[in-house]
Amino acid sequence: MTTKVAIAVVGSGPGGLSAAARAAEVGVSHVLLEQTAAHSNTIQKYQKGKHVMAEPNILPLRSPMRFEAGTREKILGEWAEGLTEHKVNIRYGAEVVGISGAKGDFHLKLQDGSEVLAENVILGIGLQGNPRRLGVPGDGLPCVQYTLDDPDEYKGETIVVVGAGDAAIENAVALSKQNTVYLVNRSGEFSRCKDGNLALILKTVEAGKVICLYSTQCASLSETPGGEKPYLLSLNTSTGDMQLPCDRIIARLGATPPRKFVESCGIKFPSSDPSSLPVLSTSYESNVPGLYVIGALGGYPLIKQAMNQGYEVVEFIRGNPVAPADEPLLAAKFAGIPGHRSVSDTLQAMQQRIPLFTEVNPLMFRELLLGSTIHVLNPGDIVFKRNDYTNSFYTIFNGGVEIQIDDNNPAKRIPLMPGQFFGEMGLLSGRRRTATVLAGKDCVLIETPRRDVLKLLSSVDAARAVIDQTFIVRAIQSGFAPQAKTADLLPIAAKSKMNRYKAGQVVFSEGDEADALHLVRSGSLAVLRAVGGREIVTSYVAAGNYVGEMGLMGNTRRSATVRATVATETISLDADTFAELLQKNPALRSELEETVRQRIASNTRLQGQDNAGALISFLLKQGLGEATDVLLIDETLCVGCDNCERACAATHGGTSRLDRAAGPTFANVHVPTSCRHCEDPHCMKDCPPDAIRRSPNGEVFVGDNCIGCGNCERNCPYGVIQLAGPPPEQPSLASWLMFGSKAENVFGEVQGLGRKHHHHHHDDGHGAPKAVKKAVKCDMCKGQDGGPACVRACPTGAALRVSPEEFVAFVQQEASRF
Amino acid sequence: MHESMLDYAQRRYLKIALVLCVLSIIAYAWHDPLSPPNGGTWLGYTLGGIGAALILWLTALGVRKRSYSSSVGTLRGWTSAHVYLGLALIVVATLHTGFQFGWNLHTLCYALMLIVIGSGIFGMVVYLRYPQLMSSNRAGAKPDVLLEEINDLDQRALRVANEMPRRFADVLRSNREGTRIGGSTRAILGGLDLSTINLPAVGGASQQVSNSEQAALLDWLGDELARSTDGDLTKRIGDLLSVVATRRNQLRRLRRDAQIRGWLEIWLYIHVPVTLALIGTLIAHVVSVFLYW
Repeated sequence: MTTKVAIAVVGSGPGGLSAAARAAEVGVSHVLLEQTAAHSNTIQKYQKGKHVMAEPNILPLRSPMRFEAGTREKILGEWAEGLTEHKVNIRYGAEVVGISGAKGDFHLKLQDGSEVLAENVILGIGLQGNPRRLGVPGDGLPCVQYTLDDPDEYKGETIVVVGAGDAAIENAVALSKQNTVYLVNRSGEFSRCKDGNLALILKTVEAGKVICLYSTQCASLSETPGGEKPYLLSLNTSTGDMQLPCDRIIARLGATPPRKFVESCGIKFPSSDPSSLPVLSTSYESNVPGLYVIGALGGYPLIKQAMNQGYEVVEFIRGNPVAPADEPLLAAKFAGIPGHRSVSDTLQAMQQRIPLFTEVNPLMFRELLLGSTIHVLNPGDIVFKRNDYTNSFYTIFNGGVEIQIDDNNPAKRIPLMPGQFFGEMGLLSGRRRTATVLAGKDCVLIETPRRDVLKLLSSVDAARAVIDQTFIVRAIQSGFAPQAKTADLLPIAAKSKMNRYKAGQVVFSEGDEADALHLVRSGSLAVLRAVGGREIVTSYVAAGNYVGEMGLMGNTRRSATVRATVATETISLDADTFAELLQKNPALRSELEETVRQRIASNTRLQGQDNAGALISFLLKQGLGEATDVLLIDETLCVGCDNCERACAATHGGTSRLDRAAGPTFANVHVPTSCRHCEDPHCMKDCPPDAIRRSPNGEVFVGDNCIGCGNCERNCPYGVIQLAGPPPEQPSLASWLMFGSKAENVFGEVQGLGRKHHHHHHDDGHGAPKAVKKAVKCDMCKGQDGGPACVRACPTGAALRVSPEEFVAFVQQEASRF
Repeated sequence: MHESMLDYAQRRYLKIALVLCVLSIIAYAWHDPLSPPNGGTWLGYTLGGIGAALILWLTALGVRKRSYSSSVGTLRGWTSAHVYLGLALIVVATLHTGFQFGWNLHTLCYALMLIVIGSGIFGMVVYLRYPQLMSSNRAGAKPDVLLEEINDLDQRALRVANEMPRRFADVLRSNREGTRIGGSTRAILGGLDLSTINLPAVGGASQQVSNSEQAALLDWLGDELARSTDGDLTKRIGDLLSVVATRRNQLRRLRRDAQIRGWLEIWLYIHVPVTLALIGTLIAHVVSVFLYW
């Protein structure tokens, strides 16, 4: 059967639904192709009862489909109604496997062999991709599923979970409570999962609750009517074939990203970076005329954005140029700029004047501006101060700024011109600002959040190169040579190298020829020395500091081994370049000599303390290598009163963000489960509404626009983010006056074996949540006088916060006590 | 970089407390009232006023401790001051009495104050000494981890016992059910083991006996081992013995942990209620003095 329509929409997510509904509303012939049996597959897969947010709130909705914040069921229900109401021509089970042809005559080939002809195609297939299939005979049987909504649904079954990632492990463990569970792992170990899940699965397997088949692959699956179990799975194990009767198979093998399919349609991506986005025009048209891309695939992960685009793209196809929904928002942003006339003029002027943005496609630039703030400043206004924390990036649209590089000599300033940028160093290394910046005459600045800049850098190679080069010059200026002129440094910058190291990788080894100095751009390094055949950590180098100068200054061999503690980037200057730089700057030579003296003294002190190295190693394992501020508890002083947790709960709406008792202890130093405020926070990496931010004081906090998706909770390697509902009830006044909450003392506690101690704020994440759950984490009591409540509420002085600068001094103090 | 509450701010409050004590003693020695020294002289009123103010301020720690957003000093500073000025109160209040004691409300008030301060001194000693003991007893393993370990040991023991004659599994199950940690305040504070176990007795019945420190079970297993002639069974009994011995050690740590936490808390059950009684008596003392003296 072949039909021809004006618009074929591929994918029935929010964008696709909205586009098809608009086409139906205005009577344009269309078809909406959905590969699964239900619309909005990604949202269907959300946990039951999940509250879906309607961010960004300021953006108006433009769609024939209804959408406002509510439960997953309510939203899906409304969309189902919308489909009927507008008589949308939707085809379920229609997986598109290829698109060919050109505008006016596209051929969409479907999995079942049929074809759809269309004049225009709108791709709204999202980023989830298709789950990898088992790929064995019989994998189409109904007992094979690729998701697990509610593990409590199954009881007394024999279930085979296939996969070795986090999803497979979590499913297997959850199912093992009421079922016989086999876990099929293709390799001999679990190497792709989080540490917590590794410990969990090994323990569960050891306890005999899950039977794990290592080095095993599925061979085939068949029905066994009348057998003891309805299906029979054949496996190839390391010791031979195995027949496993079972009720159900859950395959968690990851997903194939949709990029390959998109490229096969002729759509180009600007770089091979997996996060780069296809190039689109302002009307969401790709480089293939007539082929449009909307929603997450085009870089717009939020539901409302995608729905608006669906509406707009149909209007564009019909030849009605509609102003984007964000037009009034941009107009309001630009209103204060002297000489502003229209949004499109100002956008154009910005792209012309700022070289970094020239190559950016107009649609993406709009999006960048939507997230940015425009500052119109008076001469002398402070943009930011040295030592402020930051997660934003500035470009100069008009006028100029002056960078004050030396606090002791405020007159010494580097001027920057229109079109130039600043703030990139803090942005990339997640550290404090290295200089104070003051506004000049007629100053208009664009401040762009970290996430938007990173998105830009991953998509536009030209922008990345410009920023890297500048980073090196400015790093040298602020790191060792504040007096050096940019012109002198450019040749050195050209010779310096960017190096990337994985966690644990050696930067240089003891005894190597000392041929380069390393400036740590992000991450951190541990300095180790071999003593009696064992490596002992003797020091720690945080981002913004340098290492390796000792060898360059006198010795010709490295006196220690240096290893990356986390994923780390360094800039290295080789010995010859370094000698040139020293020759030009005699003052620099004496400064470096002083640093060398201090470092030798510090290393000697640490080496005199046998346990200091062990303590540093322990703390580095707990993530201090990437921490900017971590809560530690001295167990020789902690009386276990939990006043820190109560203070945290009291200052944060009733939910404590810290779990004092949890977490490891070494030599009386306890690392509670509490945010480390990582230099390059794992939690920030994948936040759809960009709700996790770093404030000017360094704390990483979750904003009110959190949509509760749980990405940050999963991404945090230290388990410090929770999704919390409304706070627990407060104790009565009488019990508060006497002893606080009774449930928290040893006499009120029911001790019994077999009873698991649940921490009161955790819940199992299943069942119907009564209210919206949002991510909560330590915000270092942002906005409270006197600093973090946990430390202020400690009566004995056991709780303290340590930043990388104080790290070595802390270790020395602690090590001298045990 | 960090210091205990006693060392707070170079022991500022110790110095203040010492000055207060020395001044009070000098004034008391220098003062030569017409009547024998008592609370009714000008010095008596002064010391009494200082004492009463101190009592009220010391009590305010309970409120400050829960004012989590307060930035009036740090809680550590408050606690440090609470300890030192609380000790100084002994000197101030004793001089205020003029050493006149009797079976009356006023002496009751003084006695209650001494109980509060005494329990506070006890608490301070416990706070200084026990955290270290708790930390080394735990050796990095939290009570819930220990509980889980004991659960795992039980599972392991049962898996071994399932391959053995039935009485072994019965005894192990009874051991698990009869294991007690704490149980009463006395048991927690004394670190007592009130566990029991049902062991097979003559005639097929079973008999409940004390299983403190898993001793009864270890003895029983020892007897079984001595009697066993089956090589396989002997080996399994040996396995059980080692599991039970480990279980005993973990239970001991858990009980010790509860004991330490108990002592860290129990003194507050005297300190706080007696403080409330003290304030009531103090009000009565002040009112009666001004109305009837």
